[in-house]
Amino acid sequence: MKPFTPLTRKQDSQPVRYLIVDDSVFARKSLAKMIDTFGGDVAGEAGDGCTAITEYARTKPDIVLMDITMPQMEGIEAVERIVRQHPDARIVMVSSVGYQDNILAALQKGARHFVQKPVKPEVLYEIIRYVLNDDEAVAAPAGVGEARS
Amino acid sequence: MKMQLIQPFISAADSILAHALDGPTKIGDLSMEEDGYRPKGFSAQIAIRGEIEGRVILDMDSVTAARVAGALAGYEIDESEQVVRETLCELANMMIGNAVTLLNDRGYQFKVHPPEVHRSEELVRGTADTEALAIYFDTPCGRVFVNISMHYNVSHRPERDAILR
Repeated sequence: MKPFTPLTRKQDSQPVRYLIVDDSVFARKSLAKMIDTFGGDVAGEAGDGCTAITEYARTKPDIVLMDITMPQMEGIEAVERIVRQHPDARIVMVSSVGYQDNILAALQKGARHFVQKPVKPEVLYEIIRYVLNDDEAVAAPAGVGEARS
Repeated sequence: MKMQLIQPFISAADSILAHALDGPTKIGDLSMEEDGYRPKGFSAQIAIRGEIEGRVILDMDSVTAARVAGALAGYEIDESEQVVRETLCELANMMIGNAVTLLNDRGYQFKVHPPEVHRSEELVRGTADTEALAIYFDTPCGRVFVNISMHYNVSHRPERDAILR
């Protein structure tokens, strides 16, 4: 996987922190690897929507990568609950199921973007840049943080 | 057998395998099977229920499954069953997810059940009224088999007809 220009938070130049929510351990590992190439840190992981809510409150991540179909509580309901408690939450849905209805429901509940699996690292990178917006994150100058990848 | 129900799964399998395994795939021979399906080793079986119904089996031998798991993980994986099962499950989820997205956007309403992963070569029997399409893909990791059996649920036909009208 090719390294990307690291994304850092504008306010403190620290790596962007992510919460990964997916019931598949394999999918979580795969996303964690991508995050590493983006220069980010994995603040926490969750395997269902309920755990995602508590992990969000505990870790206060900059970005949540949220699957839709999960046991106990699905991703769209978790989005609604997280955004209700934390209106600034930045959540990107990452799912193999990309029904228009699902995408619309997730966006209406407060998700910022949607990406369909299998995830292409370059696509996810651009979506995260977009969602964080230039006010929150910047791509560090070339060379900075390259040792991480 | 309705090809409009089958084609999304073939396209999704081709696309997902090529993307996930980062190499070219070649679609092998198609055949129709009426007597059930005998898996090659590791198989993920997914049931679909609703206006359209059926099942899809993603199947490969254990050596290919370990290679696929390694390709997706980015490092070599032995034939440790749990890792291979997990990988096969995720691959099946991606394939089915992409296919059902197309079908759902065409107006079909149905539920997809989570994949059940089996390590067995026992015959998977079809239903009396449904034949299955069997196809394989030659991938950089080995041969991957897909067996698809889909049909319209006649009890939902009035709703389907209304959608198509």
